[in-house]
Amino acid sequence: MEFPFLSIIALSPIVTAVIILLLPKERGENARMLALAAMILGLLLSLYVYFSYNAALPPADALWGDTLAYLEEYAWIPSVGINYIVGVDGLSATLVLLTSIVGLGGVLISWSIDDRPREFFAFFMLLVAGVQGVFVAVDAFLLFFFYELAVLPMYVMIVIWGWKQTREYAAMKLTLYLLIGSFVSFIAFLVLYFQLPQPTFDLRVWAEANFPFDTQMVTFLPLFFGFAVLAGTFPFHNWSPDGHVAAPTAVSMIHAGVLMKLGAYASMRVGIQILPEGAVYWMPFVILLTLINVVYGSLIAMRQRDMKYLIGYSSVSHMGLVAMGFATLNLKGYTGAGVQMVSHGVMTALFFSVVGMIYDRAHTRDMDQLSGMNKVLSWGAVAFVIGGLVSMGMPGLSGFIAEFPIFVGLWEGNGINFSGAFGLNPGNYYRWIAIISVPAIVITAGYILRAVGSVFFGEYDAEKWHDMRPILPIDKLTLAMFVAILVIIGVYPQIIVPMVESGMTPVIHRLNEAQQAMTILDTVQAGASNLLLWLGGA
Amino acid sequence: MSEETLTLMTWLIPAGPLLVFFIITLFTNRNRTLSWTLAWAGVIASLVLSWTVVANMVGLDVHELAHHPVQYASSIDWLPFGPCPPQEGGNCTLWLDMGVAVDALTAIMLFMVPLAVFMIFVYSVGYHNYGQPRGMIKGVPNHGQEDPLFSRFFALMSLFAGAMLVLVVADNLLLLFVGWEIMGFCSYALIGFWYARDYHLQPGDIPHIPPRQAARKAFMTTRIADVVMLLGIVLFYRSFGTLNFNEAFTLHGFEHAIAGIGLGGIALMPLLLFTGTVGKSAQWPLHAWLPDAMEGPTPVSATIHAAAMVSAGIYMLLRIFPLVAVSLENNPEVGWIIAGIGAFTALMAATIAVAQNDVKGVLAYSTISQLGFMIAAIGVGGYIAAAFHLITHAFFKALLFLSSGSVIHGMEHGAMHVHDHHTDPQDMRYMGGLRHKMPVTFWAFLIGGMALSGLPFITAGFWSKDEIFAHAYHEFTHGNPLGLVVLVMLGLAAFLTAFYTTRQLAMTFAGKPRTPLAEHAHESNKFMTVPLVILAFFAIVLGWLGIPDHFLGQDLGQINFVHHFVLTTIEEPMIELHEAGLTPIDVHEEITWSWVPLITSLVVALGGIGAGWLVYGRKPLQKEQPDPLIRAFGPLHTFLNRKWYWDELYHVLFYRPTVWFSETFASEWVDKGVVDGTLHAIANIVYAIGRYCKRFEEVVISGGVDKIKDGFLYFARESRLLQSGRIQEYVLYSGLIAVALAFMMLFVSIYGGMEWLRGLF
Repeated sequence: MEFPFLSIIALSPIVTAVIILLLPKERGENARMLALAAMILGLLLSLYVYFSYNAALPPADALWGDTLAYLEEYAWIPSVGINYIVGVDGLSATLVLLTSIVGLGGVLISWSIDDRPREFFAFFMLLVAGVQGVFVAVDAFLLFFFYELAVLPMYVMIVIWGWKQTREYAAMKLTLYLLIGSFVSFIAFLVLYFQLPQPTFDLRVWAEANFPFDTQMVTFLPLFFGFAVLAGTFPFHNWSPDGHVAAPTAVSMIHAGVLMKLGAYASMRVGIQILPEGAVYWMPFVILLTLINVVYGSLIAMRQRDMKYLIGYSSVSHMGLVAMGFATLNLKGYTGAGVQMVSHGVMTALFFSVVGMIYDRAHTRDMDQLSGMNKVLSWGAVAFVIGGLVSMGMPGLSGFIAEFPIFVGLWEGNGINFSGAFGLNPGNYYRWIAIISVPAIVITAGYILRAVGSVFFGEYDAEKWHDMRPILPIDKLTLAMFVAILVIIGVYPQIIVPMVESGMTPVIHRLNEAQQAMTILDTVQAGASNLLLWLGGA
Repeated sequence: MSEETLTLMTWLIPAGPLLVFFIITLFTNRNRTLSWTLAWAGVIASLVLSWTVVANMVGLDVHELAHHPVQYASSIDWLPFGPCPPQEGGNCTLWLDMGVAVDALTAIMLFMVPLAVFMIFVYSVGYHNYGQPRGMIKGVPNHGQEDPLFSRFFALMSLFAGAMLVLVVADNLLLLFVGWEIMGFCSYALIGFWYARDYHLQPGDIPHIPPRQAARKAFMTTRIADVVMLLGIVLFYRSFGTLNFNEAFTLHGFEHAIAGIGLGGIALMPLLLFTGTVGKSAQWPLHAWLPDAMEGPTPVSATIHAAAMVSAGIYMLLRIFPLVAVSLENNPEVGWIIAGIGAFTALMAATIAVAQNDVKGVLAYSTISQLGFMIAAIGVGGYIAAAFHLITHAFFKALLFLSSGSVIHGMEHGAMHVHDHHTDPQDMRYMGGLRHKMPVTFWAFLIGGMALSGLPFITAGFWSKDEIFAHAYHEFTHGNPLGLVVLVMLGLAAFLTAFYTTRQLAMTFAGKPRTPLAEHAHESNKFMTVPLVILAFFAIVLGWLGIPDHFLGQDLGQINFVHHFVLTTIEEPMIELHEAGLTPIDVHEEITWSWVPLITSLVVALGGIGAGWLVYGRKPLQKEQPDPLIRAFGPLHTFLNRKWYWDELYHVLFYRPTVWFSETFASEWVDKGVVDGTLHAIANIVYAIGRYCKRFEEVVISGGVDKIKDGFLYFARESRLLQSGRIQEYVLYSGLIAVALAFMMLFVSIYGGMEWLRGLF
């Protein structure tokens, strides 16, 4: 038997949680050491998994089941087809690594937490275990199981350690949205389950299943949207900014950094991969919602005074880009979406850690009150500016590696010619989606610069900010780690792009087959010679 | 030198400054001396490498070069971009490449950029008062004693220079865009360099916005343009299947692209990319950031206006010239848009410059205006003319900015001397008579100003402007009405240019000092004056490299070095495209020499200088005397002084609606109103249903179950010890139980315990 890398990555935090709770109350500070040890172990293992997978990528035409590595398979409830199966493909290996990094950052940032540290770190471990579990699960039941496991600690952590003013409301809103979402997905899944000739929860079987078009059309939306709620898709995005604001720093980091990716990942791996024809049919409609996400999220971010709300709405906007990448229905868009997940994950984790540092010292997050923080938190300022540049897609940083392929994919999607939901034909309007979504990048620049300008620049008032502790070495380490990742991906994209691409290729095969089954592909755009006629789509 | 060495050198051109940026930021930021020495070293390395490459390029035979325009090219794979299309086998990976290449256009930029940047670096050491006590002199960052701002300045300037060099040597649109965006960021950081500065303005002062606002404005405005440009890049990739200029701009490349997206799509591309130029090179309607960018230190202004940033916009447009040329065949409106925006901006900015009082403000608008000249030239197909003017302008504008910085420095010294911290040292109304106080600066400013005005036959500005006029006139005589429009508007703009430059020279240097500040001004130090002398040399002699072959109708042989050299860049592809009927521009067509453009340039230059002399030079302004133009033009002068009210217009047209849309519509109405409102309504309904159920349960069911309840109560009292009353522990325990159950099931199933378990029941 191979060494069970993935089980250890996913389950060791749970074991750690149990050990932490068994500690005597007065030895509570040992909790953080244990948590740190677990996170470092997880990071090392996921680094190994990532790079060993990267060293031998599967061929481009492999089925999804064949791209999986580090498979572990144990019978669980064989009579109903539930098994314990874990494994990673290129995308999930990347996301596991992301989770390990953000989890480690979360532990480091919470180093000096003094309110019930035992419970805090125990719940945090459960949260990380839940997220890792979803990424490695190959069995749908296991996936749903870990999915719920990730949601519940969120609730508790927000209610207990959250921001006093909104925590109950936010925690309730978040939990209900996510639970109802996963419930809807699960029902849709069960409907499909009973149509399988050989009922099983093994996603490898599902990934090759061909459901009739009518079934796909009906079940796609609930299956996709149940998960897409967690990715903050309009109009189900509102739990997310509220949740970010109320959560303690480390939870915000995990929440925006990886939890939202979990939604995107599951909606792609379960929703789109299982029901490609449904996806091809519905995505031309979904892209309109993602367009709203992208533009509208950034517009709302622009008027926020509270830094956490600002980042919360910017996450809505950036996760919209991920979903938009999915809606392009081609490999470039999907690869861009995958890179965007990682880039946005690290970037938001960085943002929230900086905001946490500011809030701990200034006891406010109101941008109108803060000013001149550059003076005391210069590391935070530099990190925030770099994160800001990532979020506005500056080339040389990871954001560009994500956004550029998404836009190219969108323009390529313009070559698809068929009639989807409500008679929407991508060939008619995908280029306009690109054109309309582009101002969001400008607006992003607007709110980021406003935040940088008003929080970090301007005059520093030493009287008003009397509680300014210097930044800890451990905080510097965390920020440096995040910045390094953003820069490395931006300068040397080969480290991640082939990996993500290999994880996306099987889905694209499914989508291409679906498109061929449904329509005639027309990859060449109609070429009008006059500029105005061309723009009109003639 | 071997081909390989030169290729390697081309790669290394931007490396020096980029490396220096990291070294200063990470290691030497506390040491001022080391920092500027390193910055110099980095840019000197670039200068040596660039000039070696340029010398080798110039040494090549022109005809040889025309056949192989691209030299020293090499590239590496950078971003994997999906599998190959099926018709190419499908089993390989497409890459977006990062590569460098040098052609004649690159070469002339490589001649100009490192030299101008080096001059600016030398100057900056003096400008930032190296070696003097910190925090004592206005113009030095006022952030206390220990700030490493001096080092930060050189770090960012190095990054700026490195980015510009990256952009210049890039052989593809993507790497160009990388340099382009890094420059955008550098301009943000450097315009807002004095980030804690605020102004307390008195009525009558020149309106200023604080540096950090100016920085944001610059970045936002250029950013708007950049995202449109990004769309252009996306479309470029979609149509040509590559981002490499030399692969794309061939007959084959264009045929492929036209087959793919049609001529209409081809025509959209230059417009999208041109929008990037409009932002970067500050053309109407995105020009408003450049004058405010004067809030940065003067060396920064010089870098933005001459060596980097705005030149980058023009350079990019020159790079994609074949695209513009092909668009003109079927969509002449592309030419009208480009030339129209250029010519309009040239004229508009010139009118504004006439009524400005800030010594740097005049220069800022003159830059906008001169860039308009180049863009108008490109719009009528004047590739060489635009490139030539780009280079000469870079030199004399760098000279003018550095001179004006020297003037401001002198005025600040005067302000220190008389302890006057309220008078604006940049306001020309408070200057006068500096000719004798600052002789070197005066001569440098004079040479720069005359080059800008286009003083005939001597200065570089004359020859490059004349080339633009000649080209526009040539277009007109060959049946393109756009040529006449451009000629007339640029002629007017050139007249105003000569006029306001003379005004500026007279207000600054002529007559008697009008304030104690000017009274006590003195010449700047050697760090600042030596670069002025060097730049002044180039502001004159460069023009002689571009004297037309048939000047005054005589056949002078191939004396127009610039024309023959730069033409090699596009000669071969353009001829092919013309022969295939894809572009109306024939680069081999001789521009017949004519008196009309020459007389135009003579009249506007001399006329403008003369008019300026009559109004301002003959009787220099006295103390407290208002500008004579105010009485002559009245409200029109106010209109010009307030910069045509563009800022106010944009505020009403764009800023306020955006704020309303985001605050009121999106956030209040949709997000809080519709989305959350629906959610809360559902919650209320569910809550109400729950309440009725509770009533039902209390009345109907509880009554019968009270007895059972009592039993439970007894049981609960007994088991109370288990309960601590803390909710989180409850949830935790239940979570753990769930996990434990899962584990148990796993355990049981792995070890075949299921059978055992079944046997149990």
